[in-house]
Amino acid sequence: MNAVIDAGAIADTVRRRRRSHLIGRIFIYSGLLLLAAFFITPLLVMLMTSFKTMPEIRSGNLLSLPTSLNTDAWRLAWSEACISVSCEGLNGYFWNSMKIVIPAVVLSVAFGALNGYVLTKWQFPGANLVFGLMLFGCFIPFQIVLIPMAKTLGFLGIAGTTPGLVLVHFIYGISFTTLFFRNFYVSVPDDLIKSARIDGAGFWRIFTRILLPLSWPIVIVAIIWQFTNVWNDFLFGVSFAAGTDQPITVALNNLVNTSTGVKAYNVDMAGAMIAALPTILVYVVAGRYFLRGLMSGAVKG
Amino acid sequence: MASLNINNASKSYGKTAVLHDVDIEVDEGEFLVLVGPSGCGKSTLLNMIAGLESVTGGSIEIDDAVVNELPPADRDIAMVFQSYALYPNMTVAKNIAFGLEMRKVPKAERQKAVAQVAELLQIEPLLNRKPAQLSGGQRQRVAMGRALVRDPKIFLFDEPLSNLDAKLRVEMRTEIKKLHQRLGTTIVYVTHDQIEAMTMATRIAVMQGGYLQQLGTPKSIYDRPANTFVATFMGSPPMNLIPATVNKSEAAVSLSVSYGDGKQSDISVPADVRPEQLVDGQEVLLGLRPEWFELVYSDGATSDAGARAWRFLHEVTITEPTGPDLLCVLNFNEQTEVVVRLDADAGVEAGDTIELSALLEKAVLFDKLGGEALNNTP
Ligand SMILES: Nc1ncnc2c1ncn2[C@@H]1O[C@H](COP(=O)(O)OP(=O)(O)OP(=O)(O)O)[C@@H](O)[C@H]1O
Ligand SMILES: [Mg+2]
Repeated sequence: MNAVIDAGAIADTVRRRRRSHLIGRIFIYSGLLLLAAFFITPLLVMLMTSFKTMPEIRSGNLLSLPTSLNTDAWRLAWSEACISVSCEGLNGYFWNSMKIVIPAVVLSVAFGALNGYVLTKWQFPGANLVFGLMLFGCFIPFQIVLIPMAKTLGFLGIAGTTPGLVLVHFIYGISFTTLFFRNFYVSVPDDLIKSARIDGAGFWRIFTRILLPLSWPIVIVAIIWQFTNVWNDFLFGVSFAAGTDQPITVALNNLVNTSTGVKAYNVDMAGAMIAALPTILVYVVAGRYFLRGLMSGAVKG
Repeated sequence: MASLNINNASKSYGKTAVLHDVDIEVDEGEFLVLVGPSGCGKSTLLNMIAGLESVTGGSIEIDDAVVNELPPADRDIAMVFQSYALYPNMTVAKNIAFGLEMRKVPKAERQKAVAQVAELLQIEPLLNRKPAQLSGGQRQRVAMGRALVRDPKIFLFDEPLSNLDAKLRVEMRTEIKKLHQRLGTTIVYVTHDQIEAMTMATRIAVMQGGYLQQLGTPKSIYDRPANTFVATFMGSPPMNLIPATVNKSEAAVSLSVSYGDGKQSDISVPADVRPEQLVDGQEVLLGLRPEWFELVYSDGATSDAGARAWRFLHEVTITEPTGPDLLCVLNFNEQTEVVVRLDADAGVEAGDTIELSALLEKAVLFDKLGGEALNNTP
């Protein structure tokens, strides 16, 4: 009797399996959708509020759509809102942040790559100790370095200036970027470097011609990481930049806190959106490389 | 083409010594194979020749000039790595041309050289591909192309075939040998595969634990191993080492071999071992390759086998047909197993008792304690 295969029973099992598989899928996807909605709601509320007029905000529901796309609040936040004493909007501070972020990101990523290269491919005695110390930098909380950093900046004569803030972010970021690049370059076979040395390439040529072209996934990771961290930084900005040199995060705080009469929620929200836009943009443009870069070290082997 | 001279080279990392006084002279156009078990220092020695590792003792000379302090690029050598080490971001053509580009060879010349090498190795259709789009064998060829294009003084190969499947490995082995015959460039080739070593080398350097054990032609390494390590490392199945005792009196010297169940033969000492090297009662090992035995078809009566042969009867424990040959395993005692290579059609089966004649004129005699060969090889 075991020679006869019961086709009906097999079909049954298959059907049952399929059904339980489907239920599992539905469960997973509804969970994911719920979480996605949960995370996107604050952003949507901000965005919607920024397009509403004040009477609309006062009368309406937080989650209702704006009746029309009113861009007044954005214009106000960008160029007219009062921050502390001057009423010129956020735009000056936006460019301040750019002036801080771009050099800080470029420098810390470039030096991180170079450090990673030296630490893995031109091992010197004590390289691991140096790396350990740099790694330590990742775990030092911001607050601890405030006072020594202020002293250092004062000593260098760049306290309260944009270059000063760039230096702070560059130094703070370099431990992270070094960690990224070092871990990435460890997985690049040493034979490549040996081969290039025999081919006649020197230190810089090996770096620029062989290693850097392989590094784009980790470069993107480092850029996103550094960009968001420096752009979103508040503590260093409020501590080491003065007056009109302050970054946008500090200005946004001041804008929200500079209250003359009624609180203009729409302007606040538009200001917050303006402050968040560059980081959102970076994620949208480069985000899909982010994960790939984070994973690449593990997959390569 | 160049000569290479490794003078008492040694290498240590801090306190750990990895190579001890390795002394090898390689003539122009030779194909030297460094062979030995994993971790014996083959790659280290090759990297020292290339200039990728510093030399901590002795010297390395290329064309009679000491190159210890010369950077790899200035030694005019080319190297093929086990991992191929192709630059992943460059096309095959760029990979091959990279060394020339670094040496500031004009573009037109570079292209010509690449085309020539591509034709030689039959990789023209691959020139515009990236390494990731190549099969293992194709990558291997590209790696060779990168070495060939510069027309260096010496080629260094570090286990270039070990990532290929068995069939391709045999093909590439022949191909590399042909290339060597054609170009005549000096080659130092590292492998842990003793068959590769035997088939390709003009001379073999057998290494173990950082020491050079023996340097010689494949034939001399095979027939006249310098010690028991070389005897068992080279050859598959390895050389049989049969314990024997020296019987020495004023008049004569002979060896007594026991082969289980109290059976014992008194046999003559190999001709190239001088009697004065032996003392009475000395424990020795008689080295016999599996094919140095012949099957004797007789009715079992022990006839005079002649002075240079040793005839004995023994039961076959296991037979292992390999295709062309039939390997017969004989259990002399618990420690000693003897493998004999017979003709595939010998018609011997496990359990049979066969009569064998060992070719004593080929035998190698080793001192059991030190493992050194006692033969005086010219
Ligand atoms: N940087 C190093 N520091 C300390 N010891 C090392 C270092 N590099 C290699 N060694 C040691 O040197 C010895 C020889 O290594 P080598 O790579 O030359 O072996 P090999 O003969 O090429 O082996 P394989 O066949 O596995 O490639 C090994 O025992 C290894 O552990
Ligand atoms: Mg090796």
